[in-house]
Amino acid sequence: MNGQTVAIIDYGSGNLHSAAKAFERAAREAGLDSTRILLTDDADVVANADRVVLPGVGAYADCRRGLDAVSGMVEAMAHTAHSRSRPFLGICVGMQLLATRGLEYAATPGLDWIAGDVGPIVPSNPALKVPHMGWNTLDVDRDHALLADIPLGPDGLHAYFVHSFALTPRDPADRVAHSDYGGPVTAMVARNNIAGTQFHPEKSQRLGLAFIANFLRWRP
Amino acid sequence: MLKTRIIPCLDVKDGRVVKGVQFMALRDAGDPVEAAKAYDAAGADELCFLDITASHEDRGTLLDAVSRTAEACFMPLTVGGGIRTVADIRTLLLAGADKVSINTAAVNDPDFVARGAEKFGSQCIVVAIDAKRTSGPGEPAAWQIFTHGGRNPTGLDAIAFARMVTARGAGELLVTSMDRDGMRSGYDIALTRAISDAVSVPVIASGGVGGLDDLVAGVRDGRASAVLAASIFHFGQHTVAEAKAHMAAAGLAMRLDA
Repeated sequence: MNGQTVAIIDYGSGNLHSAAKAFERAAREAGLDSTRILLTDDADVVANADRVVLPGVGAYADCRRGLDAVSGMVEAMAHTAHSRSRPFLGICVGMQLLATRGLEYAATPGLDWIAGDVGPIVPSNPALKVPHMGWNTLDVDRDHALLADIPLGPDGLHAYFVHSFALTPRDPADRVAHSDYGGPVTAMVARNNIAGTQFHPEKSQRLGLAFIANFLRWRP
Repeated sequence: MLKTRIIPCLDVKDGRVVKGVQFMALRDAGDPVEAAKAYDAAGADELCFLDITASHEDRGTLLDAVSRTAEACFMPLTVGGGIRTVADIRTLLLAGADKVSINTAAVNDPDFVARGAEKFGSQCIVVAIDAKRTSGPGEPAAWQIFTHGGRNPTGLDAIAFARMVTARGAGELLVTSMDRDGMRSGYDIALTRAISDAVSVPVIASGGVGGLDDLVAGVRDGRASAVLAASIFHFGQHTVAEAKAHMAAAGLAMRLDA
């Protein structure tokens, strides 16, 4: 992993600067000093990267438009994730974009890399507020390298969530972890070399830095 | 399980913290980044910057402070004060804010809330409601919205306004009692409760915290999802950890792993 490049895709969505800083810090703390974190809107950089991160803050349709507006980017992502089988991580709306479609405001097609819809959160307890906003614990559905050595479960570390919509994978095996919020809310999905988190690892302090370090070492 | 959030709030003017932060050994108590780092280390669940800069021309210093804070602290940051346009929101988000808090602009043009939510998602649009009690003793409780730091009455009923901005896409409400702000006599629990019960989005209680029991009351009795406080933390009266331990002892679900 010496000299590896990590492309964080800049498509005009939200707070990429702090995501880049969190990846830089996690790389440093994990002893992966030669990792290069590239904040980029250049499809060629993404097509040649060793790892790719698709962040995302905002409304689904707006993020999809932003991604499509970057020339060649969707093709470059597919090239790196599918043809080259490199580790790929979607964060928040970046994870939701991996789904078949999003239902926020208007039905919008996603990338369909992880089959399923992104629909509104409807807690079984009407007293629970939406957005699901704040720090929640993670319950693991199946072991995954990205969660290695992170204390999870009701007494484990917390992850930061802020979302009104959630991805429900069509294949339950694609769900790696969930949080309880008036019922299970998908917290992490993964299929082969592609993973996504609903929570924000770049905002999740200890859990987040450990998760990012795992991603930087991940060999799916 | 989702935890109750504690949110220290920093007043920022021309990129510097005012109403000083006097706890711990900060190298520079006026530097928002120093204060943010200290609160990050202390286990704060989020941080709020309230920009009280008088002129719009000085926004550059705020953006710089937001950007440096976001680089140093991996926790959510809400920035409020003087946000009037979708471009203002975008600029703050790109600088590193996770959420923006809108006050006067939401009163003047409620559709601004809708435009912001449609562009950036409800989750990042906080509407700050500054309210004063207008009912007399013995009358049914009523509150009115004020703007400009509580100086300008609007004639708008606070509960109706809360419902209206939520319907337009506000993802969270920051409810400040102008009667209690700075009084250290506790939140206006009736106000917090009335708004929290009226809307489906999270409510942050604000204005008037004097001690740790006030934080408990804001959540338990006011049904707030988060509690915001300034002076009890800034002046070292209590640490965030003490506040969390106190709230946990009162039976509230708190994040204690930070």
